[in-house]
Amino acid sequence: MGLIGEGVLEALRLLATGDPEVWQITWLSLQVSAAATLLSLVFGIPAGAALALSRFPGRAFVVSLVNTGMGLPPVVVGLFVTILLWRNGALGFLELLYTPSAMVIGQFVIAAPIVTGLTLAAVQQVPDRFRLQMLGLGASRLQMIWVLLKEARLPMLAAVMAGFGGVISEVGASMMLGGNIKGATRVLTTATVLETGKGNFDIALALSVILLLITFLVNWALSFIQQGRRA
Amino acid sequence: MVTRFAAVLSLVLAGLLPSITGPAEAQSSIVILSTTTSTQDSGLLDVLVPLFEKKSGLTVKTISVGTGQALALAARGEADVTLAHAPGLEKKYVTEGRMSNRRLVMYNDFVVIGPPDDPAKIKGLPKALDALKRIAESQSRFVSRGDKSGTHTLELALWKQAGVEPKGAWYIESGQGMGQTLGIANDRRAYTLTDRATFLAFQKRVDLPILVEKDRPLLNIYSVMEVNPANGPRVNPKGGKAFADFMLAPETQAVIKSFGVDRYGQPLFVPVAGKKDEDL
Repeated sequence: MGLIGEGVLEALRLLATGDPEVWQITWLSLQVSAAATLLSLVFGIPAGAALALSRFPGRAFVVSLVNTGMGLPPVVVGLFVTILLWRNGALGFLELLYTPSAMVIGQFVIAAPIVTGLTLAAVQQVPDRFRLQMLGLGASRLQMIWVLLKEARLPMLAAVMAGFGGVISEVGASMMLGGNIKGATRVLTTATVLETGKGNFDIALALSVILLLITFLVNWALSFIQQGRRA
Repeated sequence: MVTRFAAVLSLVLAGLLPSITGPAEAQSSIVILSTTTSTQDSGLLDVLVPLFEKKSGLTVKTISVGTGQALALAARGEADVTLAHAPGLEKKYVTEGRMSNRRLVMYNDFVVIGPPDDPAKIKGLPKALDALKRIAESQSRFVSRGDKSGTHTLELALWKQAGVEPKGAWYIESGQGMGQTLGIANDRRAYTLTDRATFLAFQKRVDLPILVEKDRPLLNIYSVMEVNPANGPRVNPKGGKAFADFMLAPETQAVIKSFGVDRYGQPLFVPVAGKKDEDL
């Protein structure tokens, strides 16, 4: 059997036998990326909605910044945040470097522009007349925004999936900010790099298969929410 | 609806964040060890670090990068102790006062491997320098780490001593770790310089034989150094010294001596606590 077949089998074996280290790594990956995605929603949805509904000088420039941010290279984010979090860095007093919190910060910086940009696009595609009609019927501004977000929930869930997909799969920032420390900051992507470096290609493949599997499960659940209400 | 969403969100966040943030640990209980990839990739640190943590009650954060970066981080005060394998570079940092108390811990050796048909005719040469000269003269492909690691530093020193400036289509810089570099050398049927531990770990995937070995310049010497507290305000000199002392303790040296025998049938490192560079 080929190496890839062996890797898939090894993945199933590791999951079935409940290898504690693999479970811990998988669980940490999910925790870090879920926390970062949630934080980016808390920031990105209001920011995206506000940007979609407001008009101010320089707005086009801010929108371009957000759109550029949607493609931020994780390794660049990792480098900047690492330097900030260094013991001698501006935020060194927090002593967060090489902790899961540092990884959450880095992944938040990666996901927040994605969520902001997609929210912006989602809210803007709701017709203007609809918005004016609501205000005309006496809706408060907050009520109006809430209805708009509900109206845009399908593309918004796409924003959640894109944000989560962007951070669970990134390795550059997690490697620099977490340090890939065994039992503390090792996640699926960094463990895959390490096992490849060690020549344990079967384990590296197994970890990749687990990563694909949980990314699929999370997206499947989100798609179910997204599409289910339509049926 | 707004409040329900907010309530769910704050509950989820409240559940997630503390579990991964944990209580802030007192700074002096954490030791940051900057070290080379080979000590981690060989699995040695996975054995030694838990031993040290149990004995000292300190927590070690192992940052495993190339030797160049490991020393650069330490020089900025971003680590407390460094385990590296580039004597020339290490001595420079010690002379500059960035690192102190450099002590030898162990050694293994480098080997030159290459394609079995050996186009540069280096098999069995006693001197690594002659082998490199022949590789350059015959323009045979050679894969270099190119990443400022300890292995790369040694390779560059060897080229310099051989009087060759490695340049041209035959000289491939991978910019990656030893494992990936071995893969590239294997794929391109090229020569390369590798530490024996990584070579042994990759025997399943790499079929290039050892062509030159056991020459004094090919010794791969690992030293431990403490970080000068003047490098930065948060250096933990006590913790750094505790780890350095641990690496030289007789019990630790005994563990190093037998490490790898179960997996490779031979030890990967030779412990040398108390010796000097000249003794080897």
